[in-house]
Amino acid sequence: MLDRINKAQDVIDAACETLGRRINIMEVCGTHTVSIFRSGIRSILPDNLKLLSGPGCPVCVTDQGYIDAVLRLADRDDCLIATYGDMIRVPGKNGSLETKQAKANIRIVLSSEDALQLAKDNPDKTVVFIAVGFETTAPATAVVVKEAAAETIYNFCILSGHKLVVPAMRALLSEKNHNINAFLCPGHVSAIIGYGAFAGIVEDFCRPCVVAGFEPVQIIEGLCEICRQLSAGKAELKSIYSAVVTEKGNIAAQQIVNECFEPADGYWRGLGKIKKSTLKLKDKYSRFDAFRRFGVSEEPSEEIKGCRCGEVLCGLIEPTECGLFGRDCTPQEPVGPCMVSSEGACAAWFKYGREKRRKR
Amino acid sequence: MCLAIPARIVELEGDVAVVDAMGNRYKAKTTLLPEAKLGDLVLIHAGFAISLVDEEEAKKTWQLIAEINEFQNTQNKLSG
Repeated sequence: MLDRINKAQDVIDAACETLGRRINIMEVCGTHTVSIFRSGIRSILPDNLKLLSGPGCPVCVTDQGYIDAVLRLADRDDCLIATYGDMIRVPGKNGSLETKQAKANIRIVLSSEDALQLAKDNPDKTVVFIAVGFETTAPATAVVVKEAAAETIYNFCILSGHKLVVPAMRALLSEKNHNINAFLCPGHVSAIIGYGAFAGIVEDFCRPCVVAGFEPVQIIEGLCEICRQLSAGKAELKSIYSAVVTEKGNIAAQQIVNECFEPADGYWRGLGKIKKSTLKLKDKYSRFDAFRRFGVSEEPSEEIKGCRCGEVLCGLIEPTECGLFGRDCTPQEPVGPCMVSSEGACAAWFKYGREKRRKR
Repeated sequence: MCLAIPARIVELEGDVAVVDAMGNRYKAKTTLLPEAKLGDLVLIHAGFAISLVDEEEAKKTWQLIAEINEFQNTQNKLSG
């Protein structure tokens, strides 16, 4: 293993020296972010190679307007809110689900199946499943929507906050002042959509896209592959996570998502509105759509004063450059989205910094 | 939150499975991976098997998850 790391490191060092200029590689996966920090990979990279933590955490990019819609539904006595635990602390304009927990109509579930079961067990309530997550998680939601339809469980509905990674990556590269030279692409999103889904980014924007797994050797070798391409002036699509990811991905999962959902324009916290970047239930499943059933909508969020998460998510600044970081905004009392989840860029930086200080 | 955890299918009836991950057993569904068989190692995400995975990769991921948990516990203790 050490051999592989040394070899990859040599390639990275040589490539970065040849290139001479600053190289920015963005990862768009919260698990990559955590693994990179945990393993200390940053500390062995050449000075001119920077890793940017992009919008890879679905919890972090869930818009304040969506949370406000969730909170409005949580206020209703006829609703039970079923949510993944990750969403509990995400702040809306007026608090988070955590602040409503006293109402006892908020249930944490580990899977969409649990949410559907909750509806079966509570026929006098309407269960609203807080359906968030990227392409990896959307199929699990689609399965239960289909089940609910087949079994006519009409006291079940979902508030879709599902988001698509590829449109967000395209949006980042379409910004005039972006500084992204390549992407380290997410492993488990790719298990569903297939590494072929990134081909358009390579072609249209001429940026290397390399899919890697989560263990440190995979990440180092992914970075090595990117550096090799950049120093050769190439931009190619490659997956080094062949144990899990295929070119076409999980077709059964894609089909079920396409059957239930269609892409729609939607808001990302910190990034604003991105075209066709969210999943909305198709008309034939509209009775399971909590937005339509309860007439709630997702208003665009107001800017949080002083918060620079948008620039962090775009890779324009590092978290420590934000005035709120570590002082007014901490994992205990997050102000901005990137501090909310442990997979967020700011939360990872915060923890990493403390780790470094501890060792000194 | 996109992390999927490797687990072995130890019971399977229709698309309802019991899986074993690092000694923990729980229910999961194979609806999204119709080809999954009893004894297969699969990646589980949000209660669903999403992909087959080989033994070596599963071991590496289990180790990584244990390390990340340990890391985050240390951090929580430090910051808490």
